[in-house]
Amino acid sequence: MTVRSRTTAHDIERYAGLFAARTRGMKSSAMRDLMALTEQPDVISLAGGWPDTSTFPPDSYASVMGAVAAESCARALQYGPTEGLTLVKRCIVEVMREEGMSVDADELLVTTGGQQVIDLVCKTLVDPGDVVVAEAPTYPGAVPTFSAYEADVVQVPIDEEGMIVDVLVTTLNRLESEGKRPKFIYTVPNFHNPGGVTLSMERRHELVRIASEREILVLEDNPYGLLRYEGTPLPPLRSLDDEFVIYAGTFSKILSPGVRLGWAAAPGPVLEKMNVGKQGADLCSSSVCQYFVSAYFESGPWLKYVRSLIEIYRRRRDVMLDALAEFLPREAHWTHPEGGLFIWATLPDYIDTTDLLARALDEHVAFVPGRAAYVDGRGGSSMRLNFSGVDEAQIHEGIRRIGEIVHEQVALYGTLTGAAPAARTPESPAALEPVREPGAALAKVLRLPAQRKRAG
Amino acid sequence: MTQVAVLKGGRSLERQVSLKSGARVQDALERLGHEVVAIDVGADLVGRLEEKRPELAFVALHGRDGEDGTVQELLDAMGIRYTGSGVSACIRAADKVLAKHAMRDAGIPTPDFFAFNETAFRELGAAQALPAIEEQLSFPIVVKPAGQGSALGIKFARTTADVPAALVAAFSYDRKVLLERHIPGRDLAVSLIERDGVPTALPVVEAVPKQEPFYDFEARYEIGRTTFVCPAALDPSVSERASSLALEVFELLGCAGFARVDLMLSEDGGLHVLEANSIPGMTETSLLPQAADAAGISFDELVQLILDAALARVS
Repeated sequence: MTVRSRTTAHDIERYAGLFAARTRGMKSSAMRDLMALTEQPDVISLAGGWPDTSTFPPDSYASVMGAVAAESCARALQYGPTEGLTLVKRCIVEVMREEGMSVDADELLVTTGGQQVIDLVCKTLVDPGDVVVAEAPTYPGAVPTFSAYEADVVQVPIDEEGMIVDVLVTTLNRLESEGKRPKFIYTVPNFHNPGGVTLSMERRHELVRIASEREILVLEDNPYGLLRYEGTPLPPLRSLDDEFVIYAGTFSKILSPGVRLGWAAAPGPVLEKMNVGKQGADLCSSSVCQYFVSAYFESGPWLKYVRSLIEIYRRRRDVMLDALAEFLPREAHWTHPEGGLFIWATLPDYIDTTDLLARALDEHVAFVPGRAAYVDGRGGSSMRLNFSGVDEAQIHEGIRRIGEIVHEQVALYGTLTGAAPAARTPESPAALEPVREPGAALAKVLRLPAQRKRAG
Repeated sequence: MTQVAVLKGGRSLERQVSLKSGARVQDALERLGHEVVAIDVGADLVGRLEEKRPELAFVALHGRDGEDGTVQELLDAMGIRYTGSGVSACIRAADKVLAKHAMRDAGIPTPDFFAFNETAFRELGAAQALPAIEEQLSFPIVVKPAGQGSALGIKFARTTADVPAALVAAFSYDRKVLLERHIPGRDLAVSLIERDGVPTALPVVEAVPKQEPFYDFEARYEIGRTTFVCPAALDPSVSERASSLALEVFELLGCAGFARVDLMLSEDGGLHVLEANSIPGMTETSLLPQAADAAGISFDELVQLILDAALARVS
């Protein structure tokens, strides 16, 4: 006797008929299947965006959790207010002060990671078809959120000074002439994910001025601001204008992504709607985690831990930069981040980094193909490389393996096109030296045609 | 009741698809009352099989290792019976170049092609033959790795300038690639199952991609991005020809148990076999379960038929 299976082909169509229109933009992809393979234990993954939580002392974790259990057990196990517990807001005020901002607790909404800020901002502002302006490339994790709200994502290219504000202006003018008013501009001004670049001082002023003049909100996503390895900190956009800037912060990179705690600082009316949106999403963020963070901040100098991370990540960044210079062919270019977690490398345009990833997985090494950072299929020859998640030896070895494959493909292409291997006959003097510092050549790497990009 | 080990996952690029296929097969086997152990195929495969000593292995693996005869060879060596085709048929079906040569030799229509190892370009100057190849195949040319089961790495070269990058991409997946004439037309699939020792063609499925210019990896496995028409709206004579071609391919490659043959119906009514899959997908959007459903065979019945074919073959 056979029992009819629970899901048949016909059922698929029946389920599909029930799906909301917005799921059309919520795509799984071959790339996602490939990315799943990057999580195999024997793969050197430069693909994640993971901080190295092994640097957090288990003793501290035990004593902080012990303090929570001893002093706040019942409250930590209870629901909390949607906007977050006052005691964790005090920690946030402290972090923001360190970043150069002065904020009151009532301007804050504690969220479940910084990711929830992006979601709540979309939930609050975006109707289907509304324009969201993002950088090109943009944070790959924001793309599914924009898609879920059926946003029309328009990407503005970046160069070594971050978002090219001139292009932003022409883009906004064009949108205006089409009768479209973007709801917000999404930007990662510090140590861009995935670009690795930092928005310059001048452009920070210009950006907030444009937003203010045109009354468009800016979502300033600043997960890594305190992880600076060189150079002088620049003021957050919110410190320049608190009327049109929504600030997204997180404990993920300065403490732990496992606590899933972030926050938003936003103009009152916006914050209020986001609060209602959060109620619908999850009522409140984890009380246990909020007590944990609060107890951790009380336990001692959190900044000391951040400084220890800076030392570790700076060395890892330098190892990666050196390895890139040693192992990638001279046609490749990459950014030199002053902080954060990522380097953005661009290969000759005949190399597709999605296909390259399939080959790299054979060699047990992984990265994020650049296409993930665009909504229109561009970025095909770029890749995002993370240097925070694995140790120095693995970074060196991972880049060595990637370099070997890229050299193979460059040579093969040279053979296929009848040219001598390109490595021996660089096409232009600019290609002679790998890009090690922000400069004119970087603009070439990152500047992309200011063509229109659309979601889905 | 049979003790069955469902082999799924593995390290191939189709791991995620295999996990889905395997999970569905596992559920079905449990509903059918069999004793099931699921194995995510890895370095401990042999050890786990030694430990479990199942009566039968249900190979729900796709792509490298699982579909190319490697796992089958191991199972043979260990004396464990398994579902689907044996080693030699898996090798022939998984290598598109071998399969196409076999088809061409047997007079089964398959799009014209040229196939090369990387060494042909590196050491024998094959690049100089590209203009002649391009002229014979005419653009657009489909460039694909020989051994990749899904559409990963398949590129359309529309002009001479596209060919080198398409080859570099295809060589990311395999040491052997083919350049194939593109046949514009309708994308058909004929699934086959063995019933009482006789391979039978199930109703033809037509895959109509909703957005993509061709039926790609992403559309193939995703709900809502491809419309599947089953039975395909075809002239009965075309359906019959497609089915009989698929059966010929099944026999030619020596397949057993079940398989799927993909074809193109060109605008002039010609049928062209693209490839055969010795372990077709068993996911919710896969074509074999859809075709079985159209023939009145539930997923559980399908799984039992595949199991029966494997048991009958050995005994």
